[in-house]
Amino acid sequence: MDKKYCAYICSGCGIGDALDIEALSEVVSGEMSMECKTHGFLCGPEGRALIEGDVAAGVNTVVVGACSPRVMAKEFDFGQDKITVRANLREQVVWAEAKPEEGKEPHKEAAAFLQETAADYMRMACTRAKKTLPAEPYKLEAINKTILVMGGGLAGLTAAQEAAAAGYDVILVEKEEKLGGKAAGWRKSFPSKAPWTSLEENPINAMISAVEKNSRITVKTATEVARISGSPGNFGVTFKAAGTKTDWDAPQKVTVDQADLIAKGEMADPNAGLKKYTDLNPDAIKVGSVVLATGWKPADVSQYEHLGYGKVKNVVTNAEFEKLAKAGKVPANVAFVQSPGGKDHDKDFPYCNSVTSMVALKQAQYVCEDNAEGKAYILYQHMRTPGHMELYYKNAQNTDGIFLTKGNVLKVEENGGGLSVEVENTLLGEDITLNVDMVVLAAGMEPTTLNEDTINLAYRQGPAFVDLDLFDGYADSHFICFPYETRRTGVYACGGVRKAETMEEAIDDATGAALKAIQCIESTDRGVAVHPRSGDATYPEFFMQRCTQCKRCTEECPFGALDDDEKGTPLPNPTRCRRCGTCMGACPERIIGFKDYNIDLIGSMIKSIEVPEDDEDRLRILVLVCENDAYPALDMAGMKKLGINHMVRFIPVRCLGSVNMAWIRDALSAGMDGAMLLGCTYGDNYQCHFVKGSEIANKRMENIGDTLKTLGLEPERCAANQVAITDYDKIPQIINDFVEQISEMGPNPFKGF
Amino acid sequence: MTDEQGTTGAVLVVGGGISGLTAALETAEVGNDVYLVEKGPSLGGRVAQLNEYFPKMCPPSCGLEINFRRIKDNRRIRTYTMTTVKSVTGTPGNYEVTLVTEPRYVNSNCTACGDCAAACPDETSNEFNFGLDTTKAIYLPHPMAFPRRYVVKKSALTSAGAEAIKAACKYDAIDLDMKSETMTIKVSAIIWATGWTPYDAARMENLKFGQSKAIVTNMMIERMAAPNGPTGGKIIRPGDNKAIESIAFVQCAGSRDENHLEYCSHICCMATFKQMTYIREQYPNAKIYVFYIDLRTPGKYEKFREERMADANAVFIKGKVADIVAEADGGVTVVAENALTAEKMSQKVDMAVLATGMQPSLAVQGAPVDLTLDASGFVISDYGKAMIAAGCAKKAADVVTCTQSSTAAALKAIQVSRR
Repeated sequence: MDKKYCAYICSGCGIGDALDIEALSEVVSGEMSMECKTHGFLCGPEGRALIEGDVAAGVNTVVVGACSPRVMAKEFDFGQDKITVRANLREQVVWAEAKPEEGKEPHKEAAAFLQETAADYMRMACTRAKKTLPAEPYKLEAINKTILVMGGGLAGLTAAQEAAAAGYDVILVEKEEKLGGKAAGWRKSFPSKAPWTSLEENPINAMISAVEKNSRITVKTATEVARISGSPGNFGVTFKAAGTKTDWDAPQKVTVDQADLIAKGEMADPNAGLKKYTDLNPDAIKVGSVVLATGWKPADVSQYEHLGYGKVKNVVTNAEFEKLAKAGKVPANVAFVQSPGGKDHDKDFPYCNSVTSMVALKQAQYVCEDNAEGKAYILYQHMRTPGHMELYYKNAQNTDGIFLTKGNVLKVEENGGGLSVEVENTLLGEDITLNVDMVVLAAGMEPTTLNEDTINLAYRQGPAFVDLDLFDGYADSHFICFPYETRRTGVYACGGVRKAETMEEAIDDATGAALKAIQCIESTDRGVAVHPRSGDATYPEFFMQRCTQCKRCTEECPFGALDDDEKGTPLPNPTRCRRCGTCMGACPERIIGFKDYNIDLIGSMIKSIEVPEDDEDRLRILVLVCENDAYPALDMAGMKKLGINHMVRFIPVRCLGSVNMAWIRDALSAGMDGAMLLGCTYGDNYQCHFVKGSEIANKRMENIGDTLKTLGLEPERCAANQVAITDYDKIPQIINDFVEQISEMGPNPFKGF
Repeated sequence: MTDEQGTTGAVLVVGGGISGLTAALETAEVGNDVYLVEKGPSLGGRVAQLNEYFPKMCPPSCGLEINFRRIKDNRRIRTYTMTTVKSVTGTPGNYEVTLVTEPRYVNSNCTACGDCAAACPDETSNEFNFGLDTTKAIYLPHPMAFPRRYVVKKSALTSAGAEAIKAACKYDAIDLDMKSETMTIKVSAIIWATGWTPYDAARMENLKFGQSKAIVTNMMIERMAAPNGPTGGKIIRPGDNKAIESIAFVQCAGSRDENHLEYCSHICCMATFKQMTYIREQYPNAKIYVFYIDLRTPGKYEKFREERMADANAVFIKGKVADIVAEADGGVTVVAENALTAEKMSQKVDMAVLATGMQPSLAVQGAPVDLTLDASGFVISDYGKAMIAAGCAKKAADVVTCTQSSTAAALKAIQVSRR
């Protein structure tokens, strides 16, 4: 692209009152050698017409010095083939000016300080415009749009059918001989519609036959996935007979250190006999994306000794009771134990969610249906029947033969031919002992991902989802707003593998997962990213000639996008990539970059900041700001006119993970006096949209402290802070405190070198 | 406004809260055109009013910010605020929908510089903050509003105010003669993400909402706890601004009650545990009382509950609140029967929080077109008719469940366009 530039500065919204616009314009036209026009109302019809006229006359790279890039996005959008760079003169310069304390005079140079700040933002924006190249989407040579659905239970059947109904071919793989999964064993299902009071016919057989008849769906029963290699749009799936081992089984992750030990013969190779993860099976079946619906397993309840499971006859789990009910008649007197804690705690069994409360109500109804004098006792701590399920609960409360009470179940024992159940602290105001024929324990539903790799990816980072211990082994997302996000692009989980769900929930969940699988394929086809940078047409490019094979990019990628090639060089898989830039931040050789975001681009922006000679009122502090949360918070601070020290310069970054320590070195060697990172919370409740970015950046900053020391600089000149988008009241204080700390240290001693 | 036509396969999403935003974005990112209409002046819906989400205690504006960016970056989505559906004609796959946009009295020239509000002499109750404070008669819907454009509440504007704001605006953005406008669009399917309304607490006569300022709703607590809320984040007793030494949470205020909402509102237990955290952060020694029927914190919320129940200064009473009595000192006494001991108890507190439930908005407003609603006013999806329910329009649910069902609704809508 032959770039033709023009910069525009808006003097509206108080910008022109606070700044000398003519002088600012001269910085652009002089120093930056870019034509510069000004207007009093740039986002208005006339202002836009000014720019549009120039664009029509050939300008294709526009610099707008006005409000925050977060506003007026459509007004300053001049077409997908144009480059537009915004300088945030309003929210982060003019509105963010620190005002003197009440009763005090402003600094005599306050106007000059503000002008210098604005000039730096224009310099940075012009530099960014010069360094930005148009995006060239990454397109696969051939894309496969088939969706693989793993698991033929209710969730898998739903996902398959819903994807097929939108016009996609589906391969549905089930390890059992027959489709249907756990749901095939249910005698009845919960109510799924108003008036929410009656059990319904189990829909599973109808669903199985619909799937089997659907010409778009290929069903493979008694089959498992040995491995999935490749990436969205071009996954290669190796199937195998269920329960067998093959040399195409997905290998475990081997770290660099472990590989050394294996080579020395000091450690057994966990992958002995297996094809390497980089080996491609020529017979693999191509698919575009994957729905993981491998479901759950009944949890073991034998550890609750007082409840007698495994020792006392006729103490069964809810899953076993359902089998009995499906096969025939259930006993007449049955106690349902919902919580195992006795006196100690009032939690349900692990992995229950609210499903087991509903199951107990359903099974209590079987007792009454099958026996004229049937009596079912539901012993709970908290009945969990959210939403409309409350109506089913109420219906059960009004059913003769179903008795419900809160209480601590202390003991289950054999008593004559039957069982006795000791319950304390019931709603009847007393302790009771029930004599029943059978006791049913409300065992939970453990996700298959708890103990198995399940997804079997042939990735360098290993075959399974990572860090699932944060979610008790569920293949869940950590994001309340974005529940389908996983750390493996193109794989979307649903059903019991994600949480214990009722059929109604699982059907919605599976339909949603099918949508995400389709969306991933279509985004891949257009060459753009999926969430959270949906639609981004850039991707990281690697200058491999200079790669030293240090593996940091492959290790640190939160999404496992990078493998190794035969020689151990990183092998990017752009369609797995979420465009956070963590690889770029990791690379010590600085060989990774995007068309519009790279080491040189940000580095040049930093170098374009004017660093005055020794002047205590003119220190320069670089703050690299996460554009997702911290940057909007800064805008808010500006809107609230909270005042940020004039010596600070902000540069937004895609994610703190993308911050390369070279930028910090650039800033300090250019004579800047300090550098700070502002990004999202990390740890168990992380808010980083790229999961690991802020955590990794913090580690890197700790290490740079040591580097600074060796250079004779105070490590305190660098800092990293975790903030939330709502911390706009705190951020100015955090920044201003940091500035004060740097001021006390004095200017960077290398200034001017 | 000229009539606009969607391309084949366009989807209309009604409601711009988290469910509508999700449905719109998930649809558009597959490649279909989307019209997203919102009745209010900004997008974000109920979650924009929340301070934090349970169980992560993270701010909803974080996810909204990403969603707003996705909207800005996506040319397939057209958003219309202050807009409702007037009528729908045609057949599934080929609907013609008439939309009405109410006047905002501020046109697209608005730069959100704020000069108008600074100059405006007229104030009005701030509905976003449930009347806990006031705004100017020309105002930003809330500080993080998207689109960031002012709106006029004309009923609160005096003629002097009108002159003042017009004089203050440098950009000719105020147009007090603006009229409502109608437009017709063609879509193949409609997703109803019309959300929920807090159940009107005044309808539970025994709970005395409105009779004492010490009786507030859980949504009012969210606004008080929010840094951009009426108290700058401080939870204090409205009226006399008293610091909180004791507080009672009244669960199932309207929910699980056949005289009010017969269903369980799903989120109120978790919301109370969340709000216990707000209280504890601000008042390390305050006494907290929670009156409940069941504590419905299933699955991953169990850990969340456990951490908060370990609080030595929190008391949990299984029992439905029968009465709340206003006291002369500004506090209230909460009266309930403990279901375990059968003892009647009275607890005097500084403030009582009613955990009011969710009522589907269409139960309050009525459905604008021929939709199938259940007895409570929730929308029943009719896929054959391409009328698809999402989020809390469909059932009372937490945010995760809403975004899931909205993602599912996106696929059902896309299927119609490909029939």
